[in-house]
Amino acid sequence: MTTTITMTPASISETAVTRPKLLIRNLHKHYGSYRALDDVSLDVRDGEFLALLGPSGSGKTTLLMTLAGFTRPDSGSILMDGQELVRTPPHRRNIGMVFQNYALFPHMTVGQNVAYPLKLRKMARPEISRLVAAALHMVQLGHVEERRIDALSGGQRQRVALARAMVFEPGMLLMDEPLSALDKKLREHMQIELRALHRRLGVTTIYVTHDQREALTMADRIAVINHGKVAQLDTPRMLYERPRSKFVADFIGESSFLPVDVSDGGASLYGVPLHLAEPVRAGHGPHFLVLRPEKVDLAAGPAAGLNVIEGALLDVVYQGDSVILQVRLPDGSTLAVRQPARQDLLAATPEPGQALRLALHPEDTVIVGDAA
Amino acid sequence: MTAVNTLELSRDTRRERVRLLLPSGPGFAVVLLLLILPVGWLFLLSLVDGAGHLSLVNYERLLQPLYIRTFISTLEISAIVTGACVLLGFPVAYLLSQLPPWLGSLGMIFVLIPFWTSVLVRTYAWLVLLQRRGLVNNLLLQIGLITEPLQLVYNMTGTIIGMTHVLLPFLILPLYSSMRAINGDYMRAAANCGAGPTKAFWGIFMPLCTPGLTSGVILVFVLCMGFYVTPSLLGGGKVSMWSMQIESNIALYSNWGAASALGVLLLVVTLLLLWGVRRLLGADRVYGDA
Repeated sequence: MTTTITMTPASISETAVTRPKLLIRNLHKHYGSYRALDDVSLDVRDGEFLALLGPSGSGKTTLLMTLAGFTRPDSGSILMDGQELVRTPPHRRNIGMVFQNYALFPHMTVGQNVAYPLKLRKMARPEISRLVAAALHMVQLGHVEERRIDALSGGQRQRVALARAMVFEPGMLLMDEPLSALDKKLREHMQIELRALHRRLGVTTIYVTHDQREALTMADRIAVINHGKVAQLDTPRMLYERPRSKFVADFIGESSFLPVDVSDGGASLYGVPLHLAEPVRAGHGPHFLVLRPEKVDLAAGPAAGLNVIEGALLDVVYQGDSVILQVRLPDGSTLAVRQPARQDLLAATPEPGQALRLALHPEDTVIVGDAA
Repeated sequence: MTAVNTLELSRDTRRERVRLLLPSGPGFAVVLLLLILPVGWLFLLSLVDGAGHLSLVNYERLLQPLYIRTFISTLEISAIVTGACVLLGFPVAYLLSQLPPWLGSLGMIFVLIPFWTSVLVRTYAWLVLLQRRGLVNNLLLQIGLITEPLQLVYNMTGTIIGMTHVLLPFLILPLYSSMRAINGDYMRAAANCGAGPTKAFWGIFMPLCTPGLTSGVILVFVLCMGFYVTPSLLGGGKVSMWSMQIESNIALYSNWGAASALGVLLLVVTLLLLWGVRRLLGADRVYGDA
């Protein structure tokens, strides 16, 4: 993203509003004094790809395990298609799951693994072999049906696990960091593939990850989880452009934070009022201006209507695709500004030590509170 | 230059190989001296008659009804004891494997404490417990379950109780480690596929712990086949096992040839058994990982 293109996040059309598939209400789970789930409520739309994103220990895996039925919450409700699931044992929930380590049964072949859910449902043999073949074909693994699990590569195992989780047409698909064991290149390939598969099949999917880029790439919406709570539930674009708390702004993407004074829906930085696209929703505690490196521009001439921050250039770091300018601000803090590595911009780059003015578009001027 | 270098490098490789083999030398020597040679010698003895001529007379004797009966009762006792060990040991191993690791290890220590005690001590302890006026009979009389003391020792019952107790750790140990190695996600995945607890247990858990169970069963059964101390003390002469026939042939009749033939047969039967189980379950699964 470049700073020259103005974006209007408020007008980004949301995914078509459909009926909710899953209603999670007031889920609590404590382990001693540790709150793994702290009053979690969440609506998941039918056919949606929802990512649960959060740091380790945030409670995202606990939430997934609670949905699958492997963790019993202290209280709360899980409604899928209007049916209460919270007391249903896991084998009667009809929810497919792809485990982090895939959990493919080592004493069965690929075909037997995929057939297992169907056998348990007492389907006829010809029907089973038809569905198994179709499921393996779906993940492009029709040729490995007779193979043992230990003869498969990591990527193949991942696909077999997906085929096993999908073959019985579950009401919902859960995935617990399914790509974390794969190398970077394969992981990126699988992200695109899973996304395409989801588009094709339209099964409601809840996907746990701690990788923000993975969540941004794949999900229709992302629920950012922190300390057992949903910090923000939004589309990837809204999450990035309009974070509602310092935690979310910090967790997703790179940001610098400058303390601002907030009053009457407005905000001022170093005593200068800021131009804002929308009034600040003030909360308790200190507030900050979120500065993303790629949103800030060097102001050459007069910058009417833009927010201007004065600073001095400390250093210029060439990174191939972009250039990072390290800028010292009047209060002594430093700020990173990313510029595309275009020849015209490179030529205009000031020397270290020079004073410069940074411009920030009101649409990109985001104020967040410290509290989640 | 290259030639000189190659020669030295290959000499280094040879030296490393020798160094690797050297420490195991004494071990090999002991096995050769104390196992291979005596067993070979016994085998030769079994093929020689009393007059020192080559003959199969020692093996012909094994067809006598006494030996056939002993052989069958040895197999019987081994099968019963192995069965009892599985019935008692499986739930223990399962429980310990499902506990948190530290608690499981603590439980294993309790399983192993008797294992570290001398077999002789444990056998005499059972004598004290099971005799006519022993702890078990007194207790049963006092709570009124029985009116006459039960004959719990110097017979088959005492032998089976004692042997089961002595051999139980041999079943629990390999079974526990193979159950411990089963990732909990397999059971969760089974439930997720739609398997209730019973189906998940038989369809997933059992096949995955079978290698451990097989090793345990083989260990217990093979040890039973050659067990001497416990059956001879707790059997009170009423239980006749293969090992006791070997002993009496040597101690009573000094018939080394006959004793050797018995020993050789026991070895052959044991090896056949191992081979059979390996064939049945697939060679890699008996001693392989879970």
